[in-house]
Amino acid sequence: MSTQTEGTRSVVIERVFAHPPERLWRALTEKPLIAQWLMNNDYEPVAGRRFQFRADPMPQWDGVIECEVLIVEPMRQLSYRWAALGLDSVVLWTLTATEGGTHVRMEHSGFRNDQQAAYQGATYGWQRFIGALERVAGGVA
Amino acid sequence: MKSAEAQHVFRALADPTRRAIFEELVRKGERTVHALTANAGVSQPAVSKHLTVLKRAKLVGNRREGRENHYCARPEALAPAAAWMKDFGAFWNERFDRLEAVLEGMEK
Repeated sequence: MSTQTEGTRSVVIERVFAHPPERLWRALTEKPLIAQWLMNNDYEPVAGRRFQFRADPMPQWDGVIECEVLIVEPMRQLSYRWAALGLDSVVLWTLTATEGGTHVRMEHSGFRNDQQAAYQGATYGWQRFIGALERVAGGVA
Repeated sequence: MKSAEAQHVFRALADPTRRAIFEELVRKGERTVHALTANAGVSQPAVSKHLTVLKRAKLVGNRREGRENHYCARPEALAPAAAWMKDFGAFWNERFDRLEAVLEGMEK
């Protein structure tokens, strides 16, 4: 499921897992476990710590995603900045204990508006840019 | 995360100056490097360099007339990037499936 609001786009995935929050937390915060389901990484659950996810390199991309830990609230919330290919975004995980399991909500959003553009014609941040040009291009996708 | 094409487009558009140049071409139609430079806060060689990157990503095309190159936008080249954005949902869904498998395999 994905949502789109003024100036930002986000992807929200929600799922209930039949596992306790403690186990979810480990899978989300322990390097070798993260590597099993997401990507190779040098993550440390410390706010302010920079780390990288490493996807398979491609012809136009070295596969590196530059990240920074923003929120670490054990068993409840985890957030990191996710920057790659000019996309600066934030991933936020929220865990809620349910009967016999854990409700997990992941929101990948907040594509940041750009720093001051050197060029006077620049009117769009990344997200608005793509949205606006899709319209101009007459619904290319 | 797939589609090398999309990565190319993203990389080309990661720079705000390049985005602005592309935007101007989309809005105003064909332009020469000179005309583009008039609006830019950067030098003509810098504008030319940006145009080269946009051209490589197939976001702009050009034709030579006399001494000047005339550039135009090819917004259809945005399609893979737009699709890639939409693919983010598919990417995370697939990772959630893997996460589920990892959780199953963890020691109780």
